[in-house]
Amino acid sequence: MKIQLQHLAHARSGDKGDTSNIAVFAYEPEFYPLLKAQLTAERFKAFYRGAIKGQVLRYEVDNIEAMNFVCHGALGGGVSRSLCLDNYGKALSAAVLGFDIEVPDHLMDKLHGKQLLKPSH
Amino acid sequence: MKKILRIGAGAAWWGDRVEPAQLSAEQGQLDYLCFETMAEATVSAAQVRARRDPTFQGYDTYLDDRMKAVLPACMKQGTRIITNQGWINPDAAAKRIVHWLQEFGYTGVKVASVNGSLITEHVLGMTDTILENSKPTSSLKDTLISAEAYLGAEPIVTALKAGAHIVVTGRVADPSIFMAPMMFEFGWDPMDAAKLGQGMGIGHLLECGAQVTGGYFSDPGFKDVAQPWNFGFPIAEVEADGTTVITKVAGTGGAVNLQTVKEQMLYEVHDPANYLTPDVVVDFTTVKLEQVGPDRVKVWNISGKPRTATLKVSIGCIEGFIGEDMFFYAGPGALRRAELAKTILTERFRIVGLVAEEVRIDFLGINAIHGAATPVDAPEPYEIAVRVAARTATREQALKVGREVDGMAVSGIGHTGKRVPHAERTREIIGVWSSLVPREKVPFSISYFES
Repeated sequence: MKIQLQHLAHARSGDKGDTSNIAVFAYEPEFYPLLKAQLTAERFKAFYRGAIKGQVLRYEVDNIEAMNFVCHGALGGGVSRSLCLDNYGKALSAAVLGFDIEVPDHLMDKLHGKQLLKPSH
Repeated sequence: MKKILRIGAGAAWWGDRVEPAQLSAEQGQLDYLCFETMAEATVSAAQVRARRDPTFQGYDTYLDDRMKAVLPACMKQGTRIITNQGWINPDAAAKRIVHWLQEFGYTGVKVASVNGSLITEHVLGMTDTILENSKPTSSLKDTLISAEAYLGAEPIVTALKAGAHIVVTGRVADPSIFMAPMMFEFGWDPMDAAKLGQGMGIGHLLECGAQVTGGYFSDPGFKDVAQPWNFGFPIAEVEADGTTVITKVAGTGGAVNLQTVKEQMLYEVHDPANYLTPDVVVDFTTVKLEQVGPDRVKVWNISGKPRTATLKVSIGCIEGFIGEDMFFYAGPGALRRAELAKTILTERFRIVGLVAEEVRIDFLGINAIHGAATPVDAPEPYEIAVRVAARTATREQALKVGREVDGMAVSGIGHTGKRVPHAERTREIIGVWSSLVPREKVPFSISYFES
């Protein structure tokens, strides 16, 4: 079943110049292989449509069940030049929480925020 | 040698809250309280302000607030203070701290100021290439405001060895501020990459203050934390090999758990195996984490590799202006009216000959935050703010944004909500570029003051 990422992982974004790093952390160790297989750098960039202008690099940090997406050209030319209201991209990490992950039935019990589960599209 | 060193974070940026720092000073049983108050453009912005405002002292504008809040408890308990609140004038900041020490009746206290990071006059001769665009740094000659190198922990350690109780610096790499006490107290060699790697990793966890104790974290229904209005700032209990428990003052809000620690560990990090700092290259991919008690996370086995031969340099340049303003729609059809308003503004910018590098007309409520990443099927909101911004070469051009938004009041469309302008609608852009400089070309110097 397709489930929004927010039920499997949490995320935080940070800024350096025109680059935003968006780190995604599996809530449960069992979720991490799903994220690794399905949330590729290519799909990540495509999911942000035109909001990330440059390359997306994915670093896997297996020991903490996390992936760090380094997104070049995501901050409107740099924090001080950006015309975006959120020029630091502090809220940018929230978008990926809407990415759909195919979750096998036996892991459905472990989803987080189950009271907020919505039928996915 | 101390068995356990207690290091507290007192600030994570210029605008950070002061109350939790005071609480940590009073109840955290701290050996060190460390403040980080500088953003990427802080030095350049301070240089611009210093030129225009003769009353500006060149250091953290909240220096008085912070020192008045923490000095009494720190002096009573023997807590040393390390802070980068010196910005572009560490000497003046040190003298001001001496003033407050005397006000509180503490005499004979040694305060050190660390200088040397400011290299504006020499930067173009010391650096070659702009890291972001591979152009020569000499191309910045005409717009250069300020340049500073990121110093490491060594100047702070030197000042502590000389008996300084308070050390105030200009630009020093953020995590180095927190690692310096470990180097000094445990006698770590500056070339001991293994210990410094672990220590800098802990410094990185502390440098953003509440971001490791529940700040920039909670998400109702998914990640709830207690009393998110009352975060405690982090405290690191560090052993001689760098093994650390991250915690906070009991009874404060927030949380220290595996999730908060992991999120902060990768914050503003690119390659987690190669986090470059002036003192060591940190490798987080070996880290071990364990929740060892309520709001207590043990962090160990962060690795380090030898430091690089260069220091990072930030170069601030004047790059033009941004003009911005907003107005509002609500009720049924709000989006329809906002779209017509966008058309009107686009035409009027053409009529008044706006010359801009980039113009954005966003609908706050739909696409002003995530821009193109907004889902195509996002629901239409009940209220929308139309937010207009343009980046221009001159202030004259940037002013046109606000003037044309003014035109939306009487010459706009039905049901337009608009404020009378009450704040500055243009601002100057200070662009920040990076380069590298051989570390031996940036010597530090230390001055000592006494209360």
